[in-house]
Amino acid sequence: MPEYTTHTYDVLVIGAGGAGLRAAIEASAAGVSIGVICKSLLGKAHTVMAEGGIAAAMGNVDERDNWQVHFADTMRGGQYLNNWRMAELHARESPDCVRELEAWGALFDRTKDGRILQRNFGGHKYPRLAHVGDRTGLEMIRTLQDHGIHQGIEVHMECTVLKLLMDDGRVVGAFGYDRERGRFLLFKAKAVVVATGGIGRAYKITSNSWEYTGDGLALAYDAGADLIDMEFLQFHPTGMVWPPSVCGILVTEGVRGEGGVLRNKEHRRFMFDDIPEPYRTQTADNEEEGWRYTQGDRNARRPPELLTRDHIARCIVREIKEGRGSPHGGVLLDISWIKERIPNAEEHIKKKLPSMYHQFKQLADIDITKEPMEVGPTTHYMMGGIKVDGDTQMSTVPGLFAAGECAAGLHGANRLGGNSLSDLLVFGKRAGYYAACFAKKSGLGPVADAQINLAASNALAPFERTNSAEGPYQVQQDLQEMMQNLVGIVRTGGELEQALPELERLGERSKHLAVSGNREYNNGWHTALDLPNLLTVSEAVTRAAIERQESRGAHFREDRPNKDPEFGKVNIIIRKGPAGEMQVIRQPVPAMPQELKQIIEEMK
Amino acid sequence: MATATFRVWRGDREGGRFQDYSTVVSEGMVVLDAMHRVQAEQAHDLALRWNCKAGKCGSCSAEINGMPRLMCMTRLNQLPLDKPVTVEPLRAFPPVRDLVTDVSWNFEVKKSIKPFKSRVPDAPDGTWRMAQKDVDRVQEFRKCIECFLCQDVCHVLREHRKFAEFAGPRYFVHMAALEMHPLDVEDRTAELKGTHSIGYCNITTCCRKVCPENITITENAIIPLKERVADRFYDPLTKLFRILRGGDSRRSTGPPR
Repeated sequence: MPEYTTHTYDVLVIGAGGAGLRAAIEASAAGVSIGVICKSLLGKAHTVMAEGGIAAAMGNVDERDNWQVHFADTMRGGQYLNNWRMAELHARESPDCVRELEAWGALFDRTKDGRILQRNFGGHKYPRLAHVGDRTGLEMIRTLQDHGIHQGIEVHMECTVLKLLMDDGRVVGAFGYDRERGRFLLFKAKAVVVATGGIGRAYKITSNSWEYTGDGLALAYDAGADLIDMEFLQFHPTGMVWPPSVCGILVTEGVRGEGGVLRNKEHRRFMFDDIPEPYRTQTADNEEEGWRYTQGDRNARRPPELLTRDHIARCIVREIKEGRGSPHGGVLLDISWIKERIPNAEEHIKKKLPSMYHQFKQLADIDITKEPMEVGPTTHYMMGGIKVDGDTQMSTVPGLFAAGECAAGLHGANRLGGNSLSDLLVFGKRAGYYAACFAKKSGLGPVADAQINLAASNALAPFERTNSAEGPYQVQQDLQEMMQNLVGIVRTGGELEQALPELERLGERSKHLAVSGNREYNNGWHTALDLPNLLTVSEAVTRAAIERQESRGAHFREDRPNKDPEFGKVNIIIRKGPAGEMQVIRQPVPAMPQELKQIIEEMK
Repeated sequence: MATATFRVWRGDREGGRFQDYSTVVSEGMVVLDAMHRVQAEQAHDLALRWNCKAGKCGSCSAEINGMPRLMCMTRLNQLPLDKPVTVEPLRAFPPVRDLVTDVSWNFEVKKSIKPFKSRVPDAPDGTWRMAQKDVDRVQEFRKCIECFLCQDVCHVLREHRKFAEFAGPRYFVHMAALEMHPLDVEDRTAELKGTHSIGYCNITTCCRKVCPENITITENAIIPLKERVADRFYDPLTKLFRILRGGDSRRSTGPPR
């Protein structure tokens, strides 16, 4: 019997980024007891990295904006594979969620008449993103954190969950460990909200930190929950490419929103060369009009640099592949050129994009007010994840809820920039509320010793294998390399098929690796414990990508470069089979009510 | 390729020692990259904190060649590599393991500060109106990434160990952000003087010098707060007025307490 400490809550929230904190605050307001598990220190989750803003159709800058337009933009961006109900709720509720943050102390940039300022972003028809310079995520997580610590929420910092505990098909708690001492923890709970974010660490080039190993997705999958849309992984078009040590770090879309342009080495604005059909009428066909749009001209159409992320990322890959890339294998993103258009451009850039200025100056010796940046695609965001009910955010497992990046449905085949922060707020709130409701009508379930014993012995196994030569870092790196090469931004059926046996081999290696040292704050051990999760989500991405034999949104298959209307009617579900095998199931996209269909038609 | 030597503190609560690791360095590398390389190749169990790797989360604070800095924002080409680069944990806080320290005290301090409390909304739709220039003033403080480098370098904490009585620069910045927030109506002046002992700060500006976000901690946050305390408690005219009036002279600008 392993030693462990027990904590009991009505609602357990796993993850303390925007969605987890918002869920905890809402559950607390509903009057239940809450524990929050935080993989790092409080306030360090990836939400802090979000730069651009929170999408909410408040209409402060352009009064033509409303929830219907936001809904249609989100569905178009997601290529209509979105969960329509989530897209509807998100568009309706995000303005109130932003105002709620302001009531808790968030300080957004202002319009001239003192309201919340909104900026342009890719795929959004009107200026819609509430923002704070280019550090909106910090403002959001700090507001939630500072509000949350006074709501009677118990936070367990630097703890990680290893397993969800089940009883009779329902979730009854979680088993994990604390980083500092390596001691086991048992959390009994009536309902569990998973809000663990993404899977970026499955790839070599990523904007994600070490935490994003798909924990929540793998935990839910193992507990029997369906995953959906796993083939749709967003590669953000603009990550840093040079120097090598910073490769993958995000360059906000806000640079393009403020007038930044993409050029190849021939100095050509290549984004004008390929504007996809659904966006043609909304996109500027000349540089002059594009510039006017970024400066708030309401009659101008947006420049092609503000098309959706999937499309821009592919255009960049094409430029690089065809030999028109920048010196270090990217393309050029230039904001300094606006000095030709406005006075005090240098000050303007520093004011609007302070952290970008800082980041390039300090990490790459580049002054973005004077010279272009080199950028290329970086693994950024998982559209897919735990399948949830649109209203309640409950997964297919009773008592198990999910919100934020680890949940799926809102974004369909591709997420619009700015729709993530609003997703965290809207669905974090809903998950917290409905988890509290579930907890109120359910008792605590029994926790089986066998489940705890198994989780504990699996976790300690890497210490026992003293004869193994291999450590966890090499296996992780090889997995990242393999996923980058075979299941990356441009895919082919053949390469995807190759990835499966590779995954099997990596899985074998992960079962034999060893770690040194003891259980206290042992980064090597933690890396070993994260590996099975990374392997599960990598396999899910690969299998879903094999199944979707077409190109749509973020999923691009070179061997099937076009959309196939048949695949436009299905979502792909990943489910754990009775023998532990990974099943791939095509499920029809739920039918949309007539009034929503009409909104989409009208906005075309 | 060039190599460099890193003299890394390895140890735990009981104590420890510096250990040298030589590793290959390449263009653009930061200290955090070097630590990761050491971790992957030589010392798998090397304990360190990091997250964003872009100076935005404030996790990877350490003392590099004796200076409190973020490992992810310290370029190797800014350091002399002809001698070992020392990397050690924040010395003001109790060691946990290697480069990781117990910073939980900071989170407790924050809980002891009166939270944001807004005035009633300005508009019938429940929203507020604020001018950008009023927001700008506070946004400087809200840039703080809670790396705790200012806490680490503050001699009131580091040398004099006044953890029980003194909030430290991070939380004066936090209180300045609240006190100067255009919507906030809470009054924290008594606590600034009392439980948070702002008077211990003798404005040596060490905190401001190490802030990776370049927040002008001393001049823009601490001094204005000290002035509020001085106005309230030490200004003879205010004091006389208070005695004559038999109450708090500031009542008109704050909510009833």
